[in-house]
Amino acid sequence: MTAATANSGSLSWYEASARQRIEALVDGGSFNEFIGPELREMSPHLSIFDLPEQFDDGIVIGRGRLDGSPVLVAAQEGRFMGGAFGEVHGAKLTGLLRAARKLKQDVVILFDTGGVRLQEANAGELAISEIMRAVIEARRAGVKVVGLIGGRAGCYGGGSLIAGTCSSLIISEEGRISVSGPEVIETNKGVEEFDSRDRALVWRTMGGKHRYLIGGADKFVEDDASAFRQAAVEALRGRGRCDLAVLDAEQQRLERRLRRFGEAGDAVAIWQAMSIDKPTDIPGLPTDEFRRRVADKREHADDAR
Amino acid sequence: MEKLSFKLNAPTRAGGTRAQAIVGVVASGNLEVLLERASPADVCTIDIATAAHGFGAVWDAVVRDFVARRAAGGLRISINDGGARPDTVALRLAQGVRLIEEREA
Repeated sequence: MTAATANSGSLSWYEASARQRIEALVDGGSFNEFIGPELREMSPHLSIFDLPEQFDDGIVIGRGRLDGSPVLVAAQEGRFMGGAFGEVHGAKLTGLLRAARKLKQDVVILFDTGGVRLQEANAGELAISEIMRAVIEARRAGVKVVGLIGGRAGCYGGGSLIAGTCSSLIISEEGRISVSGPEVIETNKGVEEFDSRDRALVWRTMGGKHRYLIGGADKFVEDDASAFRQAAVEALRGRGRCDLAVLDAEQQRLERRLRRFGEAGDAVAIWQAMSIDKPTDIPGLPTDEFRRRVADKREHADDAR
Repeated sequence: MEKLSFKLNAPTRAGGTRAQAIVGVVASGNLEVLLERASPADVCTIDIATAAHGFGAVWDAVVRDFVARRAAGGLRISINDGGARPDTVALRLAQGVRLIEEREA
């Protein structure tokens, strides 16, 4: 194949299904699914609770080409059980990452998850640790693992921990990253701590713009499949180092960040402390202007994450 | 889960050459439909696992209407249903036969 042939037409990443996202991400017609729905490799737990199953257990994995280069891809379906990790769902991603390490092929993970599936909590938690280990082992072997975040379910719980181990993260304004979700915080700490129904609060605390500003994500893109594709191509050209020096530098940056913003009561206070001009305008800015305005102000994780 | 199975005579054979197709997602009010080529060309089998109990008669009407109107012969159709309405089911089934007819990229 010569030039990359992306699938044309604009597609909202947020609205798209896992299969549509893969279709729009990789070079046209290049995707080959592993353990497809026809194999019916489904959760052994859900039927115990009389809950509906999905043939792919909510995650599509396989191999395709991105801008001509082979890449392994995993996409979570955020609408099936909130994209949550169960035993089979997790094992598919673990297996893909282990294959990546052996094959020395880069991986793109399309996150769309609320975290661990409560009905298979132990298996799900184990899956999260196995996946994090597999990401690190793949990265240590020189493989890049790029995370794409812009789905309905965001990237929460164990999903956010996995995201934290990736070589780089691409996010849209609609994307959210947080260990605890809005409802979880409100339930445990009260509405005064966090009002989960305040959508503006949720987005300015966990949303793509804020994560990009504080170095929690590396590229900020429009909610559009071709923008995610372009950013993924660029991210895969990065160095993706994973060694002690990189991790030490990131640890120091996080300590600095905590000293710098630890007292801030709200994201806007952090943006103010970053000397961003008119910080209250940030949520309303279109993508290009937002990127321009914060270019020399935002924090960078480089390739530590 | 309620499980339903239908084996219907299908007047029109499914088009195209794709071995399988999948449409939809298992979510509240939605369903996934997996279509595979199997069985004789004039038969369509449909297996359903649904979260909504007691709607066998509605499923019966929807799948019979589908097989009569669409090219479904020779297909083995498997459905995981999250409580979709009959119109959504009919739409997904129609999307499914359309997708399996499509030329492979």
